[in-house]
Amino acid sequence: MSRLGLRAIALGYLAALLVAPVALIFYRAFEHGFGAAWSAVTTPDALHALQLTLLMVVVAVPLNTVFGVACALLLARRRFPGKALIDALIDLPFAVSPVVVGLALILVYGRTGWLGQALADNGIRVIFSTPGMIIATIFVSLPFVVREVVPVLEELGVEQEEAARTLGASQWQVLTRVTLPSIRWGVGYGVVLTTARAVGEFGAVAVVSGRLAGQTETLTLLVESRFERFDLVGAYAASVVLALISLAVLVGMTLIQRRKVA
Amino acid sequence: MAIEVRGVSKRFGDFAALSDVSLTIPGGSLTALLGPSGSGKSTLLRVIAGLERPDAGSVSIEGRDVTRAPARQRNVGFVFQHYAAFKHMTVRENVAFGLRVRKRPKAEIAKRVDELLALVHLTGWADRYPSQLSGGQRQRMALARALAVQPSVLLLDEPFGALDARVRAELRDWLRRLHERIHVTTVFVTHDQHEAMEVAEQIAVMREGRIEQVGAPAEVYDRPANEFVMGFVGPVTRLGERALRPHDLRLSREPVKGARQAIVERVVPLGFEVRVELRAEGGEGLSAQLTRSQAAALGVGEGDLVWVRAADEEATRRSGRGSDVSATPQASAASPTRG
Repeated sequence: MSRLGLRAIALGYLAALLVAPVALIFYRAFEHGFGAAWSAVTTPDALHALQLTLLMVVVAVPLNTVFGVACALLLARRRFPGKALIDALIDLPFAVSPVVVGLALILVYGRTGWLGQALADNGIRVIFSTPGMIIATIFVSLPFVVREVVPVLEELGVEQEEAARTLGASQWQVLTRVTLPSIRWGVGYGVVLTTARAVGEFGAVAVVSGRLAGQTETLTLLVESRFERFDLVGAYAASVVLALISLAVLVGMTLIQRRKVA
Repeated sequence: MAIEVRGVSKRFGDFAALSDVSLTIPGGSLTALLGPSGSGKSTLLRVIAGLERPDAGSVSIEGRDVTRAPARQRNVGFVFQHYAAFKHMTVRENVAFGLRVRKRPKAEIAKRVDELLALVHLTGWADRYPSQLSGGQRQRMALARALAVQPSVLLLDEPFGALDARVRAELRDWLRRLHERIHVTTVFVTHDQHEAMEVAEQIAVMREGRIEQVGAPAEVYDRPANEFVMGFVGPVTRLGERALRPHDLRLSREPVKGARQAIVERVVPLGFEVRVELRAEGGEGLSAQLTRSQAAALGVGEGDLVWVRAADEEATRRSGRGSDVSATPQASAASPTRG
């Protein structure tokens, strides 16, 4: 009885807060037919936004994955002075509001910022341009891989790695043949979360981008600006594209891992 | 000498895991490092393997000083208590690992792995994953994996500790026979004195980071270097000032010169042997161990009065009469003497 009750509450909660809103977006996007939705996501601005969003993912996710795994190995396997500080710093993007992250980046890289003048002298534009948006995306999506992988490494223990060493494996062989295959689930989940965050980031990117349509507008920014202009079908259709990107990453990750296990 | 440990010390923070330990392990021997938990036996094994770096001292394997060499260059086989199986690899891939990282030719690897799987009776399990094996099978796989690289020494850290009693007895026996076949210098860590006695040719008893005694099982049991060793390798009871084995106590129903009087508090039949718990005149408790037939001949029950003395005092202090029962192994073969 009580278990059925709990199940009903859990399902109801998920339905009301997650499933219904997302389903409604899909419904609204295709309310006026597939054609209307298709033309809304194939305008030059929309295609550019999609391209830019994918660029964010392609740069931020691999960087944060490599850094995340390396950092997790450092935190879980080594003792060194300053470890607690690094551990705390990793969580900074979780703790700081994305808008504040954007403002902080402007303070460093903006025209009047620390590095702004030096960068401008060399013809490099960071703020209100793609590099700034990439930095902002990396910043906000940095903790996911680390936070997913550290507990997996701790759970795994060091015995398999020690066994590999006694069997003659070099450090690189231990990493690629024992450690990485053992943590692939944690890494995969971290990659999915990182991608979702990189695709969906709004606040930090909005602040540093300047939001120029067709130039520095990602898909999430496009959704918002269309919504503000009462282009509802356009906003919903772009939202569906966002949802599909995340779904594709999730499915892709699951397929890759299944193939490796089999 | 296959392994030579000289003056090795290792600290973990404030804890001295090893203090100036020296140990020589002859080539081809089967040695047990025996001690309670925290005695440093596992740390010593890990220092030999190169998994811990000693703070002081040196380790040499087959005449080569390996103190500074990383684990992968020591050519040791190491077996862990919890198997340390590579969970994402099949049994075959696990066993082949050491050969693969050494980039041996594929055909050679396949041949050697097949031989080893046959040796550990896992031929039919080659394509399973470790999670599909029982504990005993996993440990045999781990042994095959360690032996695959033809190590100059085989090191086992509480190899049977995680197994149930029956499988443990089976594997002990199997390890002993394996060692007779392949004669690789083997060192294993255990806290179980029965295991050490049963399997090893040489036992090093450790306590608090030091080696208390090294010797053959019978030597350590019969001529312990100190009371700690005596207590650790077998049961001990006290007769006055002396500490001795319960089976070295002699009980008699009638007064014997020099013997102490005691009341039988409890008679505990333990299958083959019988433990008699006694309370001496002074109030101290002691316990004697008899074979079943000795106990039957003595015929004591709770509340009976007996005379107790040490077996080695028998010859000089024998009284003229009285039924006399000996609990020493030698004497147990003969029927109890009657005057």
